Amino acid sequence: MKNLVTDYWLLATGYWLLTLPILAPLLQYFISGLTNGAVYALIALGFGIIYNATTIINFAQGEMVMLGALCAISIYHLIPSLPIAFLGGVIIVSLVGLLFERLALRPVQDPAPITLIIITVGGAVFIKGVAMLIWGKEAYPLPAFSGDAPLHLGPATILPQNLWVLGLTVVLVLALEAFFRRTLVGKAMRATAYNPRAARLVGIAAGRMVQLSFGLSAALGAGAGILIAPLTLGVYDMGTMLGLKGFSAAIIGGLGSLLGGVLGGLLLGLAESFTSGLISSGYRDAVAFLLLLVVLFLRPQGLVGGRQ
Amino acid sequence: MKKIGLTLFLAGLALALGCGSGSKSEPYLIGGIFSITGPASYLGEPERNSMEMVAEEINAKGGINGHPLKLVIYDDEGDVTKARLHAEKLLQKDKALAIIGPSITPASMTVLEVTQKAKMPLISCAAAAGITAPAKDRFWTFKTAQTDEMAVARIYQYCQKHGIAKVAILTVSSAFGVAGKVQLLAQAPKFGMEVVGQEVFADKDTDMTPQLTKLRGTPAQAVICWGVGPAPALVAKNMKQLGFTIPLIQSHGAASKKFIELAAEAGEGIIMPAGKLVIYTQLSDSDPQKAVCREYAEKYKAKFKVAESSFGGYAYDAERMLNQVLAKAGNDQAKIRAELEGTKNFVGVSGVFNMSPEDHNGLTPEAFVMVKIHNGEFTLID
Repeated sequence: MKNLVTDYWLLATGYWLLTLPILAPLLQYFISGLTNGAVYALIALGFGIIYNATTIINFAQGEMVMLGALCAISIYHLIPSLPIAFLGGVIIVSLVGLLFERLALRPVQDPAPITLIIITVGGAVFIKGVAMLIWGKEAYPLPAFSGDAPLHLGPATILPQNLWVLGLTVVLVLALEAFFRRTLVGKAMRATAYNPRAARLVGIAAGRMVQLSFGLSAALGAGAGILIAPLTLGVYDMGTMLGLKGFSAAIIGGLGSLLGGVLGGLLLGLAESFTSGLISSGYRDAVAFLLLLVVLFLRPQGLVGGRQ
Repeated sequence: MKKIGLTLFLAGLALALGCGSGSKSEPYLIGGIFSITGPASYLGEPERNSMEMVAEEINAKGGINGHPLKLVIYDDEGDVTKARLHAEKLLQKDKALAIIGPSITPASMTVLEVTQKAKMPLISCAAAAGITAPAKDRFWTFKTAQTDEMAVARIYQYCQKHGIAKVAILTVSSAFGVAGKVQLLAQAPKFGMEVVGQEVFADKDTDMTPQLTKLRGTPAQAVICWGVGPAPALVAKNMKQLGFTIPLIQSHGAASKKFIELAAEAGEGIIMPAGKLVIYTQLSDSDPQKAVCREYAEKYKAKFKVAESSFGGYAYDAERMLNQVLAKAGNDQAKIRAELEGTKNFVGVSGVFNMSPEDHNGLTPEAFVMVKIHNGEFTLID
């Protein structure tokens, strides 16, 4: 009996505290931080998958996010169906990722990691240029997946689209986890990442696994882009900053680890949002790089330790 | 033999020179500096298009008093240094008679240093009042774009009329936003306004909910957003998401169909000052600007297959004004300047210009009308 009363008072006090002018905005910052964080997490996972398979950083990852958003928007213009636009965008960008590996990275005769990384940087610039030629410099809208009506969560408001971002991210992360742990292809990819020579000896086509990792990362990036396009619009240059922040998130959490990518992304999103709200909005973009520097100085393997 | 050859050569030379100078078909060379690419390309591209359109039209009619108009247009890419280099080039290499542009304020401020010293007329298409003020330091500088000073005055007039006394301002961190913020703060006491909250966002920001959450906690009766591009549309969407009940007032930088497209449902009810071009169909037939706006809109759409923009209108007005002046002044730069200064009652897309020695912009706050977005269209409300 006494526990119930205490619980009730605790709950009431908590709700009252939340509605205080000081604390009420905090919930809002929390929600927007989680949403952005989920997007960074998806991008970070993309970096992690390619790093695991090839030990290189694919700096074209950010452009996959942009391509996903813009392709979905263009498909939506032709066929006004959001599921088709989503799937179409993901499929097209996955193909771009697969092609990118095949045409830009596989033919390299002396595949030192630094060479390949610089090629991905060049690839990123190329893709951005092509996007500018196709879509121009304008921003394009994509309708929200289930409407614009804000939902009230105490003193804060959340859009259905925020819920979509969070929900789909959870689904994708769980699906990735299942893929890598339960399916044969997933296990083959992990095997190739641990020891490419041994994997080849047991009959795994290592080259195919590398290509697959690019396709998978591109798909994740595209998914992230289509999820936030209703909130942030699709523009040809949205990939650069998102890619860099996703990379920071991957390093912060621990490059190559699934949990690390998710943690790093969420942490970055929340840090950005709270800094923007509590200190100054001018520092928003600096947070990602500041955190990156701090992590590199103090704990370079990232929060979760990353891959061995 | 040699002597005959030399004589023939000299004769030919004299003939050629004689044909060259004093000929009626000597072109008038006008320079243009616009931000055709880069972050301000939504200004520079329509401005370049409009200037070329006017020149083509007048050349098709035989030029100005028989002299064809030759345009040399450079792209400053939104970069102040490049703008200055282009100005030097137009001055020394191309020997332009006058320059139209640049598109943005920082570039205009540096280019006018070059043109003032060289005594070359400059008609800028940028917003800041400081481009043509103080008048005694801007003898050779004019501008056709309405100033941010006028936009703020119109907004505050509207607020006064509708009982809004406390406002929160959300401005972009670029030069446009900084200049706007200066005006918003400076003119507030004059209209009895109190600025109860000020926040800043960056050009490329995609989430303004932190700034708006802070402003939601202030006693503001309206939010004034000062920016261009996609960000102001995102501000509108964020405000709807956060459940704001107070009105959103945008700057004239949002007065384009693209803004309505990007803001979608969140655009409903947004108010802003705009040049008459966006609502020219709703003007009364007795308004002299209606015909000019219609002509510009129809010609621009027919030629470039995209919607007309008020920004292109600045260059359209500048080139037409210059053509009118060239017809009277010829290629004498001092006369061109004097005629520009004496322009009275010039009906343009951006307003009706009445230049004077003290005012090289020639517009009043009435060059702006207040419009509201209703059902996805701009409607005239003041």
